[in-house]
Amino acid sequence: MFSYILYGAAGLGLLISYLKDKKKTKMALMKAWKPFNNLLPDFAGILALVGLALTVISPEIISRIVGAESGFLGMISASLVGAITLIPGFISFPMAYSLLERGAGVMQVSVFVSTLMMVGFVTLPLEKKHFGAKAAYLRNGLSYAFSFVVALIMGVVIR
Amino acid sequence: MKLVKRYWMFLAVLLMDAVLVLARPQLGQEVVRFTVANFREMLLLLPPVFILLGLMEVWVPRETMTKYMGADSGAKGAALAVFMGAAAAGPLYGAFPIAVALTRKGASLHNVLLFIGSWSTLKIPMFLFETGALGARWSLTRWSASLVGIFVIATIMEKLLHRTDREQIKALAEGMSGD
Repeated sequence: MFSYILYGAAGLGLLISYLKDKKKTKMALMKAWKPFNNLLPDFAGILALVGLALTVISPEIISRIVGAESGFLGMISASLVGAITLIPGFISFPMAYSLLERGAGVMQVSVFVSTLMMVGFVTLPLEKKHFGAKAAYLRNGLSYAFSFVVALIMGVVIR
Repeated sequence: MKLVKRYWMFLAVLLMDAVLVLARPQLGQEVVRFTVANFREMLLLLPPVFILLGLMEVWVPRETMTKYMGADSGAKGAALAVFMGAAAAGPLYGAFPIAVALTRKGASLHNVLLFIGSWSTLKIPMFLFETGALGARWSLTRWSASLVGIFVIATIMEKLLHRTDREQIKALAEGMSGD
């Protein structure tokens, strides 16, 4: 259902853009194609791997590690994976969806998604170079802590 | 051949799937069903999201917005900083050089921090995709909680970063060439 809205919005946007400026519209399509094309191999690979792994690993095991009953410990492990790995959002959301479907808990998946987006352990050296060590550690530390707050809110709101 | 190399991971997993279907038909079929359902749902969402992303890249004027993000820009500057981060595309480390450029052009520390926070977790194309993948209740809750969060984080950071820290950030920004 939502995808129809998206296609409608994209079509309308393209139409308005085309009427206003043909050249810019062509540029926009090129800017859309490049990252899409770059993403596709990883997207397909990881999504397929998730499909395989989450079927072979039984829902019981998944829910024991990151299920709702795994509690704070499950959140800690999910958050560490999120903070350390570099997974594009376009891949992490399908992953989150599959995890939820196979027995993972809302808070555990939420803290994984938030830390993934806001905390960057691997890119910390780069961040330090841009903003200095103190600002980089502060931003990552506070973002890590705040991911748990968001997860708690999610746990209350989502069912 | 190039295509095989690019999609090696996908092809390798498909090969494993095939082996599984032969060795353990029941489990294998479940893997195939789960994988196909996932792909159908997620792949469908990508094209419109990326088109909207491309349109935003072209039509959102970054340069003119920077002018209104200085120290006394108030709520308008903050809103612009959040919007600029949300209208972005790409991984978080892509925000660093732009944040540095903003600093150099006179945006306040608070607004630069809001920009980075917004880029990290409030990106509009990502929000649309998240809504499609996980539902509006999920995405709206996470988005609004995160919106509050980036303001809290920026405010705390501003308090904890003293004058010498700020001068260091400015000096780093001045020292970075390019852009």
